[in-house]
Amino acid sequence: MVLLAASCRKAPQVIPEQVERFADPDPSSQVKGIYLLNEGNMNMNKASLDFVNFRTGIYQRNIYNQANPSVTKGLGDVGNDIGIYGSKMYVVVNISNKVEVLDVKTVKKIAQIDITNCRYVTFHKGKAYVSAYLGKVGDPKAPNGIVAEIDTASLQINRKVTVGRQPEEMAIVGEKLYIANSGGYSPPDYERTVSVIDLASFTEIKRIDVAINLDRLKADKYGDLYVTSRGDYYTIPSKLFVIDTQTDAVKKTFDIAASNLWIDDDTAYIYSTEWSYPQQKNVITYAMLNVKDETVLNSRFITDGTDKSIVVPYGIAVNPFTKDVFVTDAGNYVAAGKIYCFDKTGKMKWQKEGGDIPAHMAFVY
Amino acid sequence: MKLTVRQTFATRNGCIKGLLWLVSIGITTACNCLQVSAQSLAHKKDSIQTDSARINHLKQVDIRAAKTDIRNTSPTPVQVLKGEQLQRLNSFSVADALRFFTGVQLKDYGGVGGLKTINVRSLGTNHVAVFYDGVQLGNAQNGQVDLGRFSLDNIDEVDLYNGQKSDIFQAARSFSAANSIYLQSAKPKFAAGEHTHIRFSYKTGSMGLANPSLLWQQKLSNKITSAISAEWVRSDGRYKFRYTNSVYDTTAVRNNGDIDAYRIEAGLKGNTADSAAWDIKGYSYVSERGLPGAIVSNKFNYSQRQWDRDQFIQANYESNIRNRYSFKAIAKYSSNYERYLDPEFVTTTGFQDNRFYQHELYTSIANRYRILPVWETALSADFQMNNLDANLYHFPYPTRYTKLVSLASQLKLRQFNIQASLLATYIDDKVKVFTGAGRKTAYTPTVTAAWRVLNNNDLMFRAFYKNIFRLPTFNDLYYTVIGTTSLRPEYTKQYDAGFTYNHQFKNRSLASFSVQADVYYNQVKDKIVAIPGANLYRWIMYNVGDVHVKGAEINIQSGWNISGELILTAGLNYTYQQAFYKDGGVTFHYNIPYIPYNSGSVTLGADYRKFQFNYSYIYTGLRYNELSNDLNHSNNEVEPWYTHDLSASYLTKIYKRNTKFTIEVNNLLNQDREVISNFPMPRRFYRFKLSYTI
Repeated sequence: MVLLAASCRKAPQVIPEQVERFADPDPSSQVKGIYLLNEGNMNMNKASLDFVNFRTGIYQRNIYNQANPSVTKGLGDVGNDIGIYGSKMYVVVNISNKVEVLDVKTVKKIAQIDITNCRYVTFHKGKAYVSAYLGKVGDPKAPNGIVAEIDTASLQINRKVTVGRQPEEMAIVGEKLYIANSGGYSPPDYERTVSVIDLASFTEIKRIDVAINLDRLKADKYGDLYVTSRGDYYTIPSKLFVIDTQTDAVKKTFDIAASNLWIDDDTAYIYSTEWSYPQQKNVITYAMLNVKDETVLNSRFITDGTDKSIVVPYGIAVNPFTKDVFVTDAGNYVAAGKIYCFDKTGKMKWQKEGGDIPAHMAFVY
Repeated sequence: MKLTVRQTFATRNGCIKGLLWLVSIGITTACNCLQVSAQSLAHKKDSIQTDSARINHLKQVDIRAAKTDIRNTSPTPVQVLKGEQLQRLNSFSVADALRFFTGVQLKDYGGVGGLKTINVRSLGTNHVAVFYDGVQLGNAQNGQVDLGRFSLDNIDEVDLYNGQKSDIFQAARSFSAANSIYLQSAKPKFAAGEHTHIRFSYKTGSMGLANPSLLWQQKLSNKITSAISAEWVRSDGRYKFRYTNSVYDTTAVRNNGDIDAYRIEAGLKGNTADSAAWDIKGYSYVSERGLPGAIVSNKFNYSQRQWDRDQFIQANYESNIRNRYSFKAIAKYSSNYERYLDPEFVTTTGFQDNRFYQHELYTSIANRYRILPVWETALSADFQMNNLDANLYHFPYPTRYTKLVSLASQLKLRQFNIQASLLATYIDDKVKVFTGAGRKTAYTPTVTAAWRVLNNNDLMFRAFYKNIFRLPTFNDLYYTVIGTTSLRPEYTKQYDAGFTYNHQFKNRSLASFSVQADVYYNQVKDKIVAIPGANLYRWIMYNVGDVHVKGAEINIQSGWNISGELILTAGLNYTYQQAFYKDGGVTFHYNIPYIPYNSGSVTLGADYRKFQFNYSYIYTGLRYNELSNDLNHSNNEVEPWYTHDLSASYLTKIYKRNTKFTIEVNNLLNQDREVISNFPMPRRFYRFKLSYTI
């Protein structure tokens, strides 16, 4: 019986990647491809990385383990952001309290930087900046978050600066880093500011009052920041604000809900999944803005009705050359999600199954 | 290019053949010979100890054979573990014992203090009601009872009913769940001239376990007895676990799994002159524990803590059940306090420190009238009030008023037994602020039928249909920023057909033999699930999708009298389940998370002179930790696990008092395993028990 039973378990093995064709090869594509980070549900340890190769037309799913079989329990729990700088790729894994630094070509791990409750990454002049919810762990009097500055050569943390509570996304304009503070751990006492960090001194020089529970923050090429507020999920709705970095003040408010946005050239692509308390359901919307003159566009980036099949939009990216739009769908969260590609007229070109909660994308050139 | 191809079922699970083989062996063995039901066997230990072992022993067998087993009469499937048979399984808590029932999946997060809940026939943990001495243990906050908190020290009997308990003379609450577990605490039984029973036990073992307990039963008068049971459980929860993918190989020690818990209960039981029975009982459980988290890459250690204080007082009264009209009354008050502290979650007022206070008031009256000797009918009415206070933002402070009325009737002919019941549920949720879920009314029927083929009660065919629902819990509805007040109840429909064969043999080495087999089809409609919203801290409760469950299960028990000195028992359980999830026209043709296709257990026991030996094998086959499809099922697979557990006991007398030493070895082959992904279970571990009875 022991033998019988023993035959039922497989020998432990490295999870292999899956390879699929998604489109015809396009060797002339200026963008080589996209790395897609799938978050994975909390406690599931299922953050995963996919590579969509435009030049070969091959979709490689779940590539991290095969490239890094010796990393205990793999990429980790809840991948929250991905960024590429030079030849290195930085993957921020939230619950696993780490930033994985990988080789962009081979996906092999170069280094790991431990940062508790890390959230987002951005880059500037040879430095990577990572936001984290908590500066100090285990101190009940230290609710504030930090930004850590990492030298991209030595891959060590140089400096840290304390910002607001539960800081989220960052952007750098000039020599200033702007970071959205959410305060999400202490409702209804949300934060309502964007912290401004002077990069030279690495100190917080001011806070810009915007709205409660800020989340996403993206810069356009005109020196403006687009910041989303999640609202309070009850009576205060989600909104989008524009900050002028010349004056460091809010110059415009769009009364449109925004969960996430991607700015490409003069256009901002926005989607929103907002819980409607009165309706007791999620309301999903898509929008486009012109960031040059700050107006809402009438056009849509999904025109063929595919938006009806997208259950929960969870990530967005735009190919800067072809203007193809990539939208990820978290689906029902407990099964694998999808990535959709739309051409510039809003027609679906292809769609593929990703990992669990596909969310964050980075282009490789 | 590796394109995943959908495997056929057979190749996907090579273990099926093995299990079928096991089943057939079980049946053959059982048929070739043998005897006394497992329970009666177990009870024989006492007689063995006496000088006139043989005589007593024979007497007992005869007595027990004459007594009807509940399994011979219940039209709904019932599984029973009681007395010595229950005590000798390598089980610490009620949760461990339930692993030996068919159709049961235990959700075990590991260690002594880890949460343990069960899922019966893939309907979900919220569809299991737990009754303690006849009264339901409620948890309006999350609808789940942590069965790991009920040690077997004071439990005499554990019954699992699919559908509902077969007796129509019940509180309306007993009709209100898809599956019910009945826990019966030790009942005082005094032989002539006895007035006092005192039993002291001490358990120790791996993971820093220390568990002294005391049971004191006193006969106060001819009509009244008292019982006090108290215990303390302490464990540091430290155990080694190992993860490997053949390249990395990491062994670490589980942290933050410590527990420190006290339980004390005291009760009075009595009979009145007109043969009515009453009892009253007070219960208190106080604990502090660490919450060991998921073992994920780069994070193995956690610091979250939880404190609990569960208390209740309950009283039962039952008039003489031989009367044409009889009634039962129940009253209960319970209060639960839970505190959750998360030092990794720092708010403007310090660490996240949530406190939850629940109160429940429950009363029930059940009436039964025997219209004809073969026809009786019962009408029951229950009233229950639950409320929850919590120091949460935007919390509505809900109170739920539940009124239940059940009407049931039973026709009991010589060979036929037909029962029908209808349960009416009236719910009214009131909130102090914000929006409540309001009123709901539902009428749900159950029909059961049983046909005895032979006059001697041995073989019975059964079938039942039950329609019932579970209400959204307070957490589902009102938990800050996740609760959704528009949730609908989650309905289940169960269809079951099966048979029970149970026979006691006289003067043969096979003394008892029973088989219980069922096939069933269940449907869960509008499943309530938590789904993360726009970010991880914004989960939302939804009604999504339906689950369709097909299952088959078989439970075989046999008892053998090899000689006057050697008694053997053998049991085998096997469950096959397919549980598919359908949502928005898409069906996931792989089982829903954590439901194995195959699961089962084998138990073997031997009593030889002053020794008892027990072996058990538990098998849980391939399952998935997420909804899976052809492309990703291999990533979602959770490895089968199976443990071999052994125990040996020695019974003797010290100062003329019964004394028992037991040594247990669990997970003998040191298997690294997970019941829930990323929550590793202990490797091999030991327990030692000593009990001394005065």
